[in-house]
Amino acid sequence: MNRSWQRFKKSYLLYSFKQDWVAIASFIVLVSLILISITAPFIAPYNPYDPLSIDIMNSEIPPAWIEEGTKAFIFGTDIQGRDLLSTMIYGLRLSVIIGIGAVFLQAFLGISVGLTAGYIGGKVDAVLMRMADIQLSFPYLMVAIFISAIFQVVFGIGRFEELAVPLLVVIIGLAEWPVYARTVRASVMGEKNKEYVEAARVIGLSRKIIMVRHILPNTMTSVLVISTIQVANAVMSEAALSFLGLGMPVTKPSLGSLIKSGFEYIFSGSWWITFFPGIVLIVFVLVINLLGDWLRDVLNPKLYKG
Amino acid sequence: MESKSKNKQIILRVQNLKKYFPIRRGFFQKIAGWVEAVDDVSFEIEEGKTLGLVGESGCGKTTVARLILKLLEPDQGKIIFRGTNIGKLTEKDMKPLRKEIQIVFQDPFGSLNPRMTAGLSIEEGLRILGIKKGKRRKERLEKLLKMVEMSPDTADRYPHEFSGGQRQRICIARALSVDPSLVVCDEPISALDVSIQAQIINLLKDLQNRLGLSYLFISHDLNVVSYLCSTISVMYKGRIMESAPAEELFENPCHPYTISLLSAIPDPVPGRRRKIELLEPDLSDSLMTSKGCRFQGRCPIEEPRCLEEKIGFEKVGEKHFVRCWKAVKK
Repeated sequence: MNRSWQRFKKSYLLYSFKQDWVAIASFIVLVSLILISITAPFIAPYNPYDPLSIDIMNSEIPPAWIEEGTKAFIFGTDIQGRDLLSTMIYGLRLSVIIGIGAVFLQAFLGISVGLTAGYIGGKVDAVLMRMADIQLSFPYLMVAIFISAIFQVVFGIGRFEELAVPLLVVIIGLAEWPVYARTVRASVMGEKNKEYVEAARVIGLSRKIIMVRHILPNTMTSVLVISTIQVANAVMSEAALSFLGLGMPVTKPSLGSLIKSGFEYIFSGSWWITFFPGIVLIVFVLVINLLGDWLRDVLNPKLYKG
Repeated sequence: MESKSKNKQIILRVQNLKKYFPIRRGFFQKIAGWVEAVDDVSFEIEEGKTLGLVGESGCGKTTVARLILKLLEPDQGKIIFRGTNIGKLTEKDMKPLRKEIQIVFQDPFGSLNPRMTAGLSIEEGLRILGIKKGKRRKERLEKLLKMVEMSPDTADRYPHEFSGGQRQRICIARALSVDPSLVVCDEPISALDVSIQAQIINLLKDLQNRLGLSYLFISHDLNVVSYLCSTISVMYKGRIMESAPAEELFENPCHPYTISLLSAIPDPVPGRRRKIELLEPDLSDSLMTSKGCRFQGRCPIEEPRCLEEKIGFEKVGEKHFVRCWKAVKK
């Protein structure tokens, strides 16, 4: 443990991180946003899920620095009288959970498929990759509409609220696994003809061990890079689904459903309900993308080793 | 160790081995022709001895190695390892024999997993032997590292922290980790500095004496091969042209290709010049033709029938075989 920490301290990764102020700033913003979302119940001034703390009389109060605003609600309130800041913090938490959960599902499916297809090749490869092509040819919105329709028939609309998070994770996870499968397959095909893999075969290691212990670690760089981008994409997808009313319900709003609920009132002057969640979403996604760009530049040996 | 009389046993016998690769062209990937990478190759390796396989690049040496290791499936012919024809075995039946034949690759940079420490790479073999993690495995690892003259604390370093020679030692240790009896050395020194080449060769020779290993030593360097090998086979375009005990080959080369190869070895004595038999550059595409001699077009003693008839592998002396009409007549 100590040794790997020493190694990390001397690594090119840390060195280039220290050189790049964009990466440092993005990292700080990302970490604070994630910390805020993890500690939401402790730092949010109100609990937006608690009906007792909501007063309908407080609805549509503008942010504190505008004349009619009060200090009690810094960013104002939404149409139901919830404190916008608290709702945003809780919404960010949902977005982060769904984004990361969906990426884990994508990565799990995509890596398994890509590794198998790339290493075994032949017919297995053809079948698995055509499956991926078919999956990608469905727009994820259609998949989402399909799955939520089926879900509502099976479980009833009443339970949608409590199961919305895992459902969104599954929808977004299923929609984008081919991205992982393709990337992993490509790097597996590059790795599998290297001599260290042949040496492992000659020693008599089984296919499974060669795939998991020898090839997989060598494809992790590209997985790491696309993972950052995919988290950002998943958060955006969730926001888009929620905006269309297919995602999180109004009682448990994510950033996307907050934007949507405010959107209906934007022309009546209550711009803040859409504006602030929108800013948070943009900053969150932007920061992840900037970090992903930096990571790709660092980990892509062709760009720095020449 | 077994008794001396058993030393004469044949550990590996390759008979009429063939491997053709299809050349695919066009949109539908139709087979346009065949590269006869290995054509009718036969040789034997005695227990505890070294066979040198020599030839220019692209002549099929590495394909032979890969066939013996079952990384490729042979099209025809037999690979008999201690009485079992492994050429036909399935991956599953091959498993118990896998560890008997190991390989040391040419490129010490690509042949170690960059994400594994040297120790972990070597331990993969110990895992196969069923040695559980713990003290015993550590002892074995240290013993293996000592065997290749590396210090035990190099075990937790990563491949990029080593020099080429050190990596090649780790590769040798990895090959030895499963207690093989035959090691295929596929140009193990051609990527190294000359001074390090000598160290690795001496290490290989030392290990052979200590462990009774047999080697198939693939190289394009006749000097190295003559130092290490008891028998030498000269390969050209997928076929073995001449095969003889090392001394016999150097003193009495019969095939024109062997003669020109030997004449190209620089003489260490200044001023003493031998006549160098320069060959015509090879511009033909004759790897794909199986008609006649493979050496046609470059042969200084070519005659019309060399273009037409396939020549057998004829005996010209004690353990000395040649694939040439003229040499046989002599």
